[in-house]
Amino acid sequence: MNIAEFFQMDGYALYVWGAYGVTLVVLALNVMLARQQQRKALRAILRAAQRDRSRA
Amino acid sequence: MWLWIHKFGSPKYFYSVSGKLLPWVAGATVLLIVMGLYLGLVTSPADYQQRETVRIMYIHVPSAWNSMFIYLLMAVAAAIGLIWNIKLADIVAAVSAPIGASFTFITLVTGSLWGKPMWGTWWEWDARLTSELILLFLYLGYIALQSAFEDRRLAARASAVLAIVGAVNVPIIYYSVQWWNTLHQPQSLGVGMSTIHLSMLWPLLIMALGFKLLYVVILLMRTRAEVLERERNNAWVQELAQALAGRDFFRSGNEYR
Repeated sequence: MNIAEFFQMDGYALYVWGAYGVTLVVLALNVMLARQQQRKALRAILRAAQRDRSRA
Repeated sequence: MWLWIHKFGSPKYFYSVSGKLLPWVAGATVLLIVMGLYLGLVTSPADYQQRETVRIMYIHVPSAWNSMFIYLLMAVAAAIGLIWNIKLADIVAAVSAPIGASFTFITLVTGSLWGKPMWGTWWEWDARLTSELILLFLYLGYIALQSAFEDRRLAARASAVLAIVGAVNVPIIYYSVQWWNTLHQPQSLGVGMSTIHLSMLWPLLIMALGFKLLYVVILLMRTRAEVLERERNNAWVQELAQALAGRDFFRSGNEYR
């Protein structure tokens, strides 16, 4: 099996790669959004901590 | 046991343990999914009936299992939160919903992409397809209900009731192929029985385990973030902030410590 055949998937490329593509996008989005939420939460408490420091 | 639940149920303890656990689970997840993809896309053979489209199964079936598993876990966590008033359980239930909805969406889309070339239709009102679609609506209803209340306790309680009642749909999905003899093929895998060849069974099982662990990874990440947001006025979060303040930790991946 060569590379071109692999990507053609015997004529079912649209369906097979479409399925894997959608899955990748949705799952990657889940991980990215979770990371972003963690950063946002940490930034918020850091800002609050720095505010407290400068006030003290 | 009860002591353990209370200890692990404390957000502070959870945050520190899950932070140590997360890199290992994430590493195992990547390893399993890469291995599953290689076996599923490269080494496993094409099916004599389904030809190359059989490869869609290696993501479709693990996603479908996850969509049901996550719903049950969400309902159990919601019930624990409702009965014993454990904050961490409420958070686990709340953050599981969008993850479960994602896997349900993937199940429906990949099933549709398989159905078009194999059944000749994108969609059919078959018992299993319909009950899986209802599962997606249950997740979306749960998410909508969560965000409908300002008060977090109230939101958790109202949505917990929906999650628990909706759980009857899960056995309906699971047994639908036996109860109603419609389009979707019966299961080929169960306790002590399997009608698939080993060269196809291995990628399926490895991908299933990889997807399960991926759920655990996303669940831990989102729960940790949610714990920080909700506990920001507590002493331990303040201490964490003081310890991190001034350090350039965002670029070095230290946010998971």
